[in-house]
Amino acid sequence: MLSEATLKRIDREVAKYPAEQKQSAVMAALHFAQTEKGWLSRDLIGYIAQYLGMPEMAAYEVATFYNMYDLKPVGKYKITVCTNLPCALSGGVHAADYLKQKLGIDFNETTPDGKFTLKEGECMGACGDAPVMLVNNVHMRCFMTPEEIDKLLGECN
Amino acid sequence: MAILEAINPTLTAGWHQPDALDLKKDTGWHLKDYEARGGYEALKKLFGDKLTQDQVIAEVKASVLRGRGGAGFPTGLKWSFMPKNYSGDKYIVCNTDEGEPGTFKDRDFIRLDPHSVIEGMIIAGFAMGATRGYNYIHGEVYELYQRFEEAIEEARAAGYLGKNILGAGFDFDLFAHQGWGAYICGEETALLESIEGKKGQPRYKPPFPANVGLYGRPTTINNTESLASIPYIIRKGGQAFLDLGKPNNGGTKLFSVSGHVNKPGNYEVPMGTPFAKLLEMCGGMRGGRKLKAVIPGGSSAPVLPGDIMMECTLDYDSIAKAGSMLGSGAVIVMDETACMVKSLERLAWFYYEESCGQCTPCREGTGWLYKMIHRIEHGQGRPEDLDLLDDVAKNIMGRTICALGDAAALPVISFVKHFRSEFEYHIQNKKCLVPPDVQRAGSTFHTRLMAGATC
Repeated sequence: MLSEATLKRIDREVAKYPAEQKQSAVMAALHFAQTEKGWLSRDLIGYIAQYLGMPEMAAYEVATFYNMYDLKPVGKYKITVCTNLPCALSGGVHAADYLKQKLGIDFNETTPDGKFTLKEGECMGACGDAPVMLVNNVHMRCFMTPEEIDKLLGECN
Repeated sequence: MAILEAINPTLTAGWHQPDALDLKKDTGWHLKDYEARGGYEALKKLFGDKLTQDQVIAEVKASVLRGRGGAGFPTGLKWSFMPKNYSGDKYIVCNTDEGEPGTFKDRDFIRLDPHSVIEGMIIAGFAMGATRGYNYIHGEVYELYQRFEEAIEEARAAGYLGKNILGAGFDFDLFAHQGWGAYICGEETALLESIEGKKGQPRYKPPFPANVGLYGRPTTINNTESLASIPYIIRKGGQAFLDLGKPNNGGTKLFSVSGHVNKPGNYEVPMGTPFAKLLEMCGGMRGGRKLKAVIPGGSSAPVLPGDIMMECTLDYDSIAKAGSMLGSGAVIVMDETACMVKSLERLAWFYYEESCGQCTPCREGTGWLYKMIHRIEHGQGRPEDLDLLDDVAKNIMGRTICALGDAAALPVISFVKHFRSEFEYHIQNKKCLVPPDVQRAGSTFHTRLMAGATC
């Protein structure tokens, strides 16, 4: 169900923990699976659970508890904008409004061409760099003025 | 933005500042750079002088280093709680689950000086007889998680980690664990659950992690900045660290300044530095506007009116005396363009969203708080809502397993207490005391947008 490369990444995580604690790698494993497949289906979560020798329900609990797992398909580029108070004081909300206008979608929506999904995020620990955005969960973009947002959207092909 | 300015730079000495945001560039975080600025000398001194575990803990106690994650608990005292005659694995866990709104200092330790955290963890491991450590790094900075893993590999290859470290007969290994979007995992027992591969729901205390922690073993959890302060303490002595600050508040500390200042960013200053000095280092208020309010220690700390804050010094005691908390050192600055109802509404949403749902007062109460503040903000508030807000908030406090309940309640109580007239104006007039165009003027983004960018 997953590529050799992804399984290798998961195995590397498993090796960090005591032999009887493979479940500790579930967060990383779900992340890597999501990266490969785009989102986490029930089958995929079940596969990860089996791979790590843990109950499927326990893996599902993790997938539903942590915000950055996608349990439904998302666009090729998922952009998460922090609108929490420190960011909002420096334009976080306006940056989100600008993106909504540019993409023609609201939070939790995907553009009709399946290219962009917009999400509202909570604190990313980078408040001094507001407005702050995460692209596909892992790439943080800082000081997102209108010019920078235009640049970012231009880079997304 | 990396560290912007410092008085008596101690933790940030030698941090390269240009291009810190560009992760592809070598900004002086590698092992060779860390060693060139005195890195790993504390570890060598520890082994060379054959310090005992008790001597290391005594040195940390003497430094009066207080936990930099927010609680301010003395680190040395925490270390002394670990059982000494325990057969089996003990753990050191570093808490880099930095998600308290306003806080962004630990990110710079991982980004610009990861080896200081690693060295601090090795020393902590030695002092408490732990053989293994984990650094829990929140998912939003996954690129820095990868950098930290690279730093671990460098340390391992150089013999600072693994078996028989520096030939001193001490074994310690270290790994990074990734978070994936849950504020609650910054709570130490939720963080342990998360490392165990479970939902991040806090545990009852007692038993405390020092007795029953990760995988049921004795565990000590420290904040990233606390651990990064350890090498200096061992190298120069606890007294030298204490002397940097003021009595009962040892050392220097990073303050993350966000909001309505000209230069938001991290600033390292000695404990006890006047807030007015920090504000000056930040280039003053944006647009020369008037200081209205400050949340001095991350969003969970009670808000203080600007004039009270201007009288405070940056240390645990001064800010506690003023009715708030130094917390994580996250200073959120608000000027007269900020609507206090809207500000509180956003914070209330955050706690509602991030409550783990385990305790009823927090799960339900945070939702009630948000809904009431939301209706006040949107012109549907009732006169009795302010007392009800206070009542709900006070009924959450002290009735939950972890501190998230209190963290959600304190902003509500303090915002209503200090800015009650603004809430009353909203309820009576069904609009904000601060006109929308004034609010928009406070946002840098909007100013830039108006300056000519196309939409």
